[in-house]
Amino acid sequence: MTALLAASAACERETRRFHDEAQPPAAGGVRLTALEPGPATSSRALRHPYEDNAWAVSEGKRLYSQFNCAGCHAHGGGGMGPPLMDALWRYGAEPENVFASIAGGRPNGMPAFGTKVGATQIWQLAAYVRSMSGLVPKDVAPGRTDHMQVKAGEQAAPEAVPRNAAPEPPAP
Amino acid sequence: MRFRAFAGAGLITAVLGCTDGNGGDAAASAGAAANRTRVADTTAIASGSGAEWTQVAGDDANTRYSPLDEINTANAAQLTLAWSFSTGVNRGQEAAPLVIDGTMYVVTPYPNILYALDLTQPGAPTRWTYRPEPLAAAQGVACCDVVNRGPAYADGRIFYNTLDAHTVAVDAATGREIWRTRLGDINRGETMTMAPLVVKGKVLVGVSGGEFGVRGWLTALDAASGAIAWRAYHTGPDADVLIGDRFKPFYAMDQGTDLGVTSWPPDMWRTGGGGVWGFISYDPDLDLIYYGTANPGPWNPDLRPGDNKWTAGIFARDPDDGAAVWFYQTSPHDLYDHDGINESILVDLPWQGRDRKLLLHPGRNGYMYVIDRATGEVLAADAFGFVNSARGVDLRTGRLIPEPSKAPVTGRVVRMICPAAPGMKDWQPAAWSPRLRLLFVPHQNLCMDHEALEANYISGTPYLGADAKYYGGPGGWRGRFGAWDPVAREWAWTIEENFPVWSGALVTAGDVAFYGTMEGWFKAVDAASGRELWRFKTGSGIIGQPVTYRGPDGKQYVAILSGVGGWSGAIVSADLDPRDSTAGAGFASAMRDLPQHTTKGGTLYVFALP
Ligand code: HEC
Repeated sequence: MTALLAASAACERETRRFHDEAQPPAAGGVRLTALEPGPATSSRALRHPYEDNAWAVSEGKRLYSQFNCAGCHAHGGGGMGPPLMDALWRYGAEPENVFASIAGGRPNGMPAFGTKVGATQIWQLAAYVRSMSGLVPKDVAPGRTDHMQVKAGEQAAPEAVPRNAAPEPPAP
Repeated sequence: MRFRAFAGAGLITAVLGCTDGNGGDAAASAGAAANRTRVADTTAIASGSGAEWTQVAGDDANTRYSPLDEINTANAAQLTLAWSFSTGVNRGQEAAPLVIDGTMYVVTPYPNILYALDLTQPGAPTRWTYRPEPLAAAQGVACCDVVNRGPAYADGRIFYNTLDAHTVAVDAATGREIWRTRLGDINRGETMTMAPLVVKGKVLVGVSGGEFGVRGWLTALDAASGAIAWRAYHTGPDADVLIGDRFKPFYAMDQGTDLGVTSWPPDMWRTGGGGVWGFISYDPDLDLIYYGTANPGPWNPDLRPGDNKWTAGIFARDPDDGAAVWFYQTSPHDLYDHDGINESILVDLPWQGRDRKLLLHPGRNGYMYVIDRATGEVLAADAFGFVNSARGVDLRTGRLIPEPSKAPVTGRVVRMICPAAPGMKDWQPAAWSPRLRLLFVPHQNLCMDHEALEANYISGTPYLGADAKYYGGPGGWRGRFGAWDPVAREWAWTIEENFPVWSGALVTAGDVAFYGTMEGWFKAVDAASGRELWRFKTGSGIIGQPVTYRGPDGKQYVAILSGVGGWSGAIVSADLDPRDSTAGAGFASAMRDLPQHTTKGGTLYVFALP
């Protein structure tokens, strides 16, 4: 199966993986700042296990409503929790950062869902969260909603390059 | 009048009020005031001498009326800034400062810092600061910004609630914590934002969290020890609601056994909402407290067939043991988050030829209720703005008559529901002038599109089941400040504002009414005519409660906290993104231009005549 997936990106976009063992990111890999001692390490792109998979992102969208994320973050515009559709991140925009935000919670009122929700679903949620600011490929982001139109679809979300979280290339 | 919490105080203060009431006549002649007869101050049940401001609403009757008249319609234009104070917290400032014995007490939004400012010294330096250090996680379960509506005072102690659902008592002289009682659990979505009322040695406090499926309550704490004296739930069996022999609701719809269970689908009362986050009033003669209960949960009404007692209504209770005396449900089976928490202002007025003890309640559902506060009988319920979500209130049955075409249906988008979820008027408290017999009502004009959805109860997360987006109602203005004449049952005058008027009101014996706008203007208007007398641009939008007092130097001062936020201002205070029109539970889309008009802040401004 892995071989097949690797064979074609389009296949990856369509695959529905019901049983797999997505793992939480390794603890040491979750980095919150671009600042580091000594020369900058080139950022190690950890591929999000589901970011190329349309089904996983749409599952993330469904879970986002079911786990009441929408009650606190609305459909990305924020409320009790901060907006998730913009370019500003308190705790990092990388897939492993978003995973950690959801799984471990954050001190100013983000509940730790990791005690109740499995790693697979959290990765799906993370992929959907990132789709709200255009950080996953357009062809996997959900295109429409079954409910009241409240914003442009995720597919149409302009890529909001994380402004305060991404490591910058070394200054000249 | 510092220790006002005993029966009889009302009588004494009313007499004081009379003498003060006659003093301001000369000055109040300006404007179109001629048609308003000034009457002696016999209508407020308690108003104090006005030198201090010992409770958020000014008095137990919740009038927010001051007998001070040094600042009046003739000289208000000369008001100038006396001093200011930064709270150091840039979130919505909804609190009223208190003034007791030469000290001003200011409580901030989360982290709920309490400052004591020395009014006897130039510039009012800090006497002491008390930091309760509430749990940071409480910020995530506070529905509508991390606000606090102010402290209470009695017998040398300041009492207030922290966002993480504790009540604290602090020594007013030293800032030392005397007791701290935990009342709720943020893991169930329980927070506390309301200002307590102290009555006969009991500190009355309520819980917020109607958006989290809390089981709402009002609790009385012993002011001396902080021990819980009684707790009345607003859902569940009669025993838990403190409904017993004395309970005599006026209307059949509120009568029956265990309605807090039977008016819900099985067990849903356990997560049914009905918190208390507005103001409490007290009538020492009838010895009854009055307060409103919040919306039922979840928002989607399809999921909770039944009247959903005892949410979205008004309770009268005995302060000693909490026993319910009457209840009136303003929104049975609430469809739109139209809480009953708005304040009840206690006034005595001749009503159709008979002197009556009344309660004025500008309802969130858009109706201005005039209620007999001894019995709970509704004498009038008139729309005070554009309402299309209901057809009126049936005065025979007491029941709100919903408009069927605007009723939410799961999965259907219902458009142009007016008023929107925040109602015609939200928390922002009105003021009553016993001289003019007018009620000064800050409020809003918003409608909404609404889709009811499935809801999952997961404790500590929102329990809503609805998507909504709000926008300005008919007329092109989103807020209004007006003077309602409860006898004529109409507006005496109104002032339209661009944004919702989310600040409280204040009115004085100088016939000056004060309020603030979300752009940051603090305004003084002629209370008789609505003519603007003065305005001052503060640093941030105003959503606080103006107060007035006589300083140690003998001068009259007016104070207001500036700092935008709250539900309406969260787009600025919490940086919401209005590209999603459901941001801030739908409010951000109605306020998308607010960030061009104001920025975050948290500053107290104090004004006086030169
Ligand atoms: C009870 C309200 C609440 C719920 C429910 C909630 N969040 Fe949050 N969330 C918050 C708050 C508040 C913060 C900010 C925490 C902080 O700053 O410490 C936050 C932060 C986050 C962040 C980090 C944002 C950043 O800028 O780095 C992400 C990602 C996130 N939440 C996703 C989710 C997802 C996905 C769900 C549903 C599984 C969810 N949240 C449910 C309140 C909530």
